Amino acid sequence: MVAAPGSARIEIHNVAGHPAVGPRPREIELNTADLSPTLHAEGDSLFHIPTLDEFFPEALLFAGTPFEFNRVQLVRLIMIAVVLIVLCIIASRAKLVPGRAQSIVELIIEFVHNGIIKNTLGLKDGMRFAPFLITLFVFLLTMNIAGVIPGLNLAGTSVIGLPLLAALWTFVVYVVAGVKKRGFAGYLKHETAPPGLPKPIYLLLVPIEFLQVVLIRWASLTIRLLANMVAGHIMMVVFIGLTHGLLFSASWLTVISPFAGALAIGIYGFEIFVAGLQAFIFTILAAVYIQMATADEH
Amino acid sequence: MDPMILSELNGNVASIGYGLAAIGPGIGIGIIVGKTAEATARQPELRGALQSTMFIGIAFTEILTLLAIVTGLLFG
Repeated sequence: MVAAPGSARIEIHNVAGHPAVGPRPREIELNTADLSPTLHAEGDSLFHIPTLDEFFPEALLFAGTPFEFNRVQLVRLIMIAVVLIVLCIIASRAKLVPGRAQSIVELIIEFVHNGIIKNTLGLKDGMRFAPFLITLFVFLLTMNIAGVIPGLNLAGTSVIGLPLLAALWTFVVYVVAGVKKRGFAGYLKHETAPPGLPKPIYLLLVPIEFLQVVLIRWASLTIRLLANMVAGHIMMVVFIGLTHGLLFSASWLTVISPFAGALAIGIYGFEIFVAGLQAFIFTILAAVYIQMATADEH
Repeated sequence: MDPMILSELNGNVASIGYGLAAIGPGIGIGIIVGKTAEATARQPELRGALQSTMFIGIAFTEILTLLAIVTGLLFG
């Protein structure tokens, strides 16, 4: 866009309206043309573009120490407590003919069996890993779904710690499974050097495959989950904030706020879908990596 | 305005970079889903297996675009 005298920079604040406290590692600068001067009447803007500060809210407890406790950790604790209590109660009362609550849990477990294990590992080999995969799926599903529960509104997986933990756990599981089956050297040879290729190719292939096994797999698992949850949350904040800004703009723009609101609700629904989908994709990739580590050569 | 400046561009290059990075995976995911739809139409009984293969393919393709988000944040 050509800079005209009217073009302005939108200053970034976090949504609460006060500037970020303390040094942030990187301030991300977004400057766009000011398309809606009415939204910035009297220099007090109604619509703030959200930044990554959204994911680093102020500490609730132990501020300044390494054990800083903020809203993200609170959300994770609440979700874990709810899931543990609910699942323990249902498991302790498990009956042969399931009630309503039990059949919902059984539906999730059946889904992991039929949708993930059967299609990748096969039910015969895969049952050894079923506890791991079911735990991973339920864990990620609840953490992701926290992002769309009103009142929590922040996914437990939208800060890097939790996706990284889940990905490293997967890494350990597939490496251990492979090493157990073939021994250390045998596992490395199996993963990095597929047989039946011309000799010079191996010079190129082995380093790439090695890097893939020790770094790229778990790093991409982390980034996929994290980026999806971060982008989804930012998108929801933008549209809900836009609806709010338009509604209270005290001009003709109020008329179009219902459309922005409808869009916000649509994105909300899409986020519910994404929460399930990302848990599914993470789990199915974990199963595929285990299968790659343990599969027999054809 | 400075008379020597004929035009000026304002903004962040990272957004252009994200746009470029979204082209390839966009086409790729289109091909993956389209082929899966074709295959399902041929053999509807394989639907479950085809769909999980599709999601694995999408996951590998989509990571390229998601990396672009991360790169934008790292170097932007």
